[in-house]
Amino acid sequence: MLSRLAAPRTGGMLALAVVIALLPLVLSNKYFYDIAVLVGLNAIVCVGLNLLIGYAGQISLGHAGFFGAGAYGSAILASRYGWPPLAAMLATTLAVAALAFLVGRPILRLKGHYLAMATLGLGIIIFMVITTEDRFTGGPDGISVVPLSIGGFVLQGERLWYWVVGALLLLAVWLALNLIESPAGRALRALHSSEVGAEVVGINAAEHKLMVFVISAVFASIAGSLAAHYSGFVTPGKAAFLHSIELVTMVVFGGMASTFGAVVGAAVLTTLPQLLTVFEDYEMMVFGAVMMGTMIFLPRGVVPSVARLFRARRREPADHAETRR
Amino acid sequence: MSAQFMQYLLTGLTVGAIYALVALGFSIIFNASHVINFAQGEFVMIGGMTTVTLTAAGLPYLLAIPLAIAAAALVGLALEKFAVEPARGASVITLIIITIGASIFLRGLAMVIWDKRFHALKPFTGDTPIAIGGATVLPQSLWVIGVTLAIVLALSWFFGRTLLGKAMLATSHNRLAAQLVGINVRMVLFLSFGLSAALGAVAGILIAPITTTSYDVGVMLGLKGFASAILGGLGSGVGAVVGGLVLGIAETMSAGYISSAYKDAIAFVIILAVLFFMPSGLFGKRGSERV
Repeated sequence: MLSRLAAPRTGGMLALAVVIALLPLVLSNKYFYDIAVLVGLNAIVCVGLNLLIGYAGQISLGHAGFFGAGAYGSAILASRYGWPPLAAMLATTLAVAALAFLVGRPILRLKGHYLAMATLGLGIIIFMVITTEDRFTGGPDGISVVPLSIGGFVLQGERLWYWVVGALLLLAVWLALNLIESPAGRALRALHSSEVGAEVVGINAAEHKLMVFVISAVFASIAGSLAAHYSGFVTPGKAAFLHSIELVTMVVFGGMASTFGAVVGAAVLTTLPQLLTVFEDYEMMVFGAVMMGTMIFLPRGVVPSVARLFRARRREPADHAETRR
Repeated sequence: MSAQFMQYLLTGLTVGAIYALVALGFSIIFNASHVINFAQGEFVMIGGMTTVTLTAAGLPYLLAIPLAIAAAALVGLALEKFAVEPARGASVITLIIITIGASIFLRGLAMVIWDKRFHALKPFTGDTPIAIGGATVLPQSLWVIGVTLAIVLALSWFFGRTLLGKAMLATSHNRLAAQLVGINVRMVLFLSFGLSAALGAVAGILIAPITTTSYDVGVMLGLKGFASAILGGLGSGVGAVVGGLVLGIAETMSAGYISSAYKDAIAFVIILAVLFFMPSGLFGKRGSERV
């Protein structure tokens, strides 16, 4: 029973649910709820992106492009053409999935820095289309978005959104954990360690990489759509290169190949800029320094480093003589 | 050849020469360390902005330019010493994030030291346009193209004829073997950051009289330089120069003949198209993966 609870799929999910349920006790005003919602939305993107980067070992420096496409797709269909928000979100998600499916196959043939370049380029092209096609997108000024409504019920207010995003984050984590434990997840980890090795034992590497690329794009797109409806306004900054970098940093900061690490990374790096505003002009410098510092001193990310520390402690008295790996 | 075509070609060559210098910086660091230094664009900014400050203080170009290049090189060396060196052995993604963190840090620092405004440098030798084959060209453009050519020649001499250059080349081919024949590979890595930073600074100084400079000028130039290096094939010197020139010319041509709104996107469309068919760029090492 206890060992079952310690497994990430049950114990971790339970812990996350408890945190989400108890967090409102310390969220004393709307501003804190607002940050919590932003954390949740970023965490959904990061859980998806972590499947791609942490498990399949494929870098993407362009996921803000998918986030932006989701946000703008919902904004344009729902606000300009008067579609029901849920239908707009569904259509946008399908379109982004199709886009990721089409470009994913040639892009994922690339490796290492070439893959980084291609995904970066894809993100920038999406960003530039958004800033240039101002007839639809409102250009650099952005576009306002109608609130999310289901049937006649309008979803508004930070507190209500908090519970919706919290539930969706749990769903996203549950889906990711199930995928990782499935044969497909094992295949992904196999091709992370050696793509040739994985193919030799009969894993279709191209298919699996494409699948997880599409899944991560869909997570980003849905979070983008939700963010647009939640804040009521989107600007092209959501699709910009810097946002892609922030997303990747969240994943790596929390710890690659750790779903809860992705959530922790999103929480820390979404709150950090809010705290850094006290530095005023030095905000950017401090943010860059924190990014460098954590990566230099904790290259494996926070959650795996802490987990390893705990494991080492627990094992030490029992088998002192065992050679450390 | 129409005058208009000639005009676009000359402008493209000027922009392309700058991309080529930035791309060479990417390639040199990549060869020494297999790190992609995303802070490369910031060296361009430091070169330009420092020259602006020094000339405003009354220094002549002959003094201000070498000082600005030295300042950027120092920043490059410091970056290697304090950010890349301590993270040796980290994964590619970790190293990418470290250099991106460094670039954000340097941009923030520049914003504090200087400001958010655009600054112009005086052209090196006047601004009377020169007519070439029906097109007009600024004397500064000739400076950009001429200096880039001189640097490419100097680098090919450096890597082909000097002991240090050959040591750097040897390290790029096989780090372990280079170490075994007595090359100080850590010193090579250290120096490669200084050299790349100096190249970036030169690019920043050359282009500042034409496009002006500001604290965030390095973002786009850095990305375009990276795109050029990848287009040519990472680590190839010839590739970096050809990649830079091809991107510069393609960008100007498409801005002139098709649409200027998507000028900045063209570089990335080209790079995606090329990578789809040639996954290692134009001059990159092809071959099979070792298992």
